[in-house]
Amino acid sequence: MSLDISFIGILIGSIMASSVPLILAASGELITERSGVLNLGVEGMMIIGAISGFALMVITDNLFIAVVGSMLSGVIISIIFGFLTQSLLTNHVATGLALTIFGIGLSAMLGKNFVGIPGKEFPILFSSLKESIPFFGPILFGHSIVLYFAFALPFLTNFFLKKTKLGLVVRAVGDSPVSASNQGINVILVRYCCILYGGAMCGLAGAYLSLIYTPQWIENMTAGRGWIALALVVFATWSPIKVLIGALIFGGITILQLHMQAIGFRIPVQFLSALPYLMTIIVLVVISRDSRKIKLNTPTSLGRIFYKEK
Amino acid sequence: MYKNFFKYLISAIFLLGFSVNSSADFKVGFVYVGPTGDHGWTFQHHEGRNAVEAAGIKTTFVESVPEGADAERVIRQLAQSGHDLIFTTSFGYMDPTNKVAKDFPNVKFEHATGYKREHSNVSTYSARFYEGRTLLGHIAGKMTKTNTIGYIASFPIPEVIRGINAMTLAAQKVNPNIKTKIVWVFTWYDPGKEAEAAQALIDQGADVIMQHTDSTAPVQTAEKAGVWSFGQASDMQRFAPKSILTSIIDDWAPYYVERAIAARDGTWNQQDTWHGLKEGMVAMGPYNSAMGADLVKEVEQLQKDLASGKVHSFTGPIYDQKGNILVAEGKVADDGMLAGMSVYVKGVEGDIPK
Repeated sequence: MSLDISFIGILIGSIMASSVPLILAASGELITERSGVLNLGVEGMMIIGAISGFALMVITDNLFIAVVGSMLSGVIISIIFGFLTQSLLTNHVATGLALTIFGIGLSAMLGKNFVGIPGKEFPILFSSLKESIPFFGPILFGHSIVLYFAFALPFLTNFFLKKTKLGLVVRAVGDSPVSASNQGINVILVRYCCILYGGAMCGLAGAYLSLIYTPQWIENMTAGRGWIALALVVFATWSPIKVLIGALIFGGITILQLHMQAIGFRIPVQFLSALPYLMTIIVLVVISRDSRKIKLNTPTSLGRIFYKEK
Repeated sequence: MYKNFFKYLISAIFLLGFSVNSSADFKVGFVYVGPTGDHGWTFQHHEGRNAVEAAGIKTTFVESVPEGADAERVIRQLAQSGHDLIFTTSFGYMDPTNKVAKDFPNVKFEHATGYKREHSNVSTYSARFYEGRTLLGHIAGKMTKTNTIGYIASFPIPEVIRGINAMTLAAQKVNPNIKTKIVWVFTWYDPGKEAEAAQALIDQGADVIMQHTDSTAPVQTAEKAGVWSFGQASDMQRFAPKSILTSIIDDWAPYYVERAIAARDGTWNQQDTWHGLKEGMVAMGPYNSAMGADLVKEVEQLQKDLASGKVHSFTGPIYDQKGNILVAEGKVADDGMLAGMSVYVKGVEGDIPK
């Protein structure tokens, strides 16, 4: 086995690629949750994004339309969730679960005719630099534009929540919708926007899988990544940067354990398979053990139904 | 006496009515572990179901049923809702199938790839996929430049271990320096994870990738990386036209049609079926021309010999990893040994997860 420096670079590159869907979906869900809405439909929105992106790619042969379309499809399906929970005041948990089940079923139905069609090559950036620079090349270059966006997103999200007035509004709505409403903030509108944004990011996460990571459509291809993204948000205590760390640890250990198996480490394989889940939880719990900060970040009214008395 | 006569008459009419009624409504149920669109394992079972339907028998199916408690519920529901024959098409449905079979003695059950037939209404069936693996091993041994074959394995059950061993033995025969590297993914179906496993094996020097999982992601990863691969369960060639050397194809259709008709006509009985290349339950996809005409000819001959029984995948001497003899020189492994295979043969790296 080759443990030289350039190999480690390639390894880190593939770890980054595998964490992208988690980062995108978790960052989107984070904003939704910070506004006080718990949307358990992440998996459903991702899978809808995956099929929409792939179908549009096949139909239009245009990857830009495919990517934008996948985000739009995430938005459209999250409108259903928004309408039910915000306008009809249904229970967030039940509605979110229903959204996931609906999404998986709908995507399978829509995707019937797209099974078995090979995907298209997605352009990667700076591919020449990837080869020519050892170690840093495969880490920094030769990725799709979606990956660069995904790695910038947690920082943008952090900036948005902490430094912008709109971010403050989102947090206020999530912490105390009643006070926010009394300040003249349209709580329902803010929550709608956050839900739709979450939908867009989940749609993009799904499209990353079907257009870039494993370019094809197969039923149920998200295979539970939406649930992992949801768990990441909680274990990262609603901090965007920790979401990024958590996603990288999860992706990293998933890939490392496969390599350890291939090398032939004498560690029980079941333990290796459980390792990503265990390590991600342990690390995130350890780095977020400051209870004061947890309180600061946790949206107090998460999952509670808000309605304005008229 | 007349009383008894009437009793018999009434029950006879009842029985007749019932049997006529049930044959009119004869229904076959299928339980799938993956989606019908996986283009692998479940896809092929679904093709079998389509053949049953084409033979004029009503069928229903439930897809993506997780192995475990959920499976029992689904199987029970099919039994309750008037299905007369139920195919449960994954190894993990073994115990649930037998459990439900106990409560529905009039319903026939067919469990794929299992070995438990606890009640007289449970049959088992499987295909000798290992014969296909022998062909893959032969090809892989000839095609590899790095002498390293990467194998993506799902769960440590005899079926999977048998495949690994058959492949390794055949590869060793044509290339004594062969090494088999195995990654266990503990899933039958997760394209992302299967792709990652394939990439890990490629990074570790494997230039031939083989899978015992159900999605097309590994062959696509191999295509991208420019290494060889094999299709699993169905012909996956169009997903990786350059990389795929051939595919093992499961053809369940003839068996399903035969069993469904037998159950409808009342000639169904319990049995344990294990068909291979000979009966056509295992078939091979087209051979890639990149193999070269000589190798293709060689493999086609081997395929014929395996089908005719002239060559057996597990012909002694076979040793385990520690060097103990498993099958003596000149002997072949019997079906009992094959069905319970739980050790690696010499030349496979690593331990079987316990």
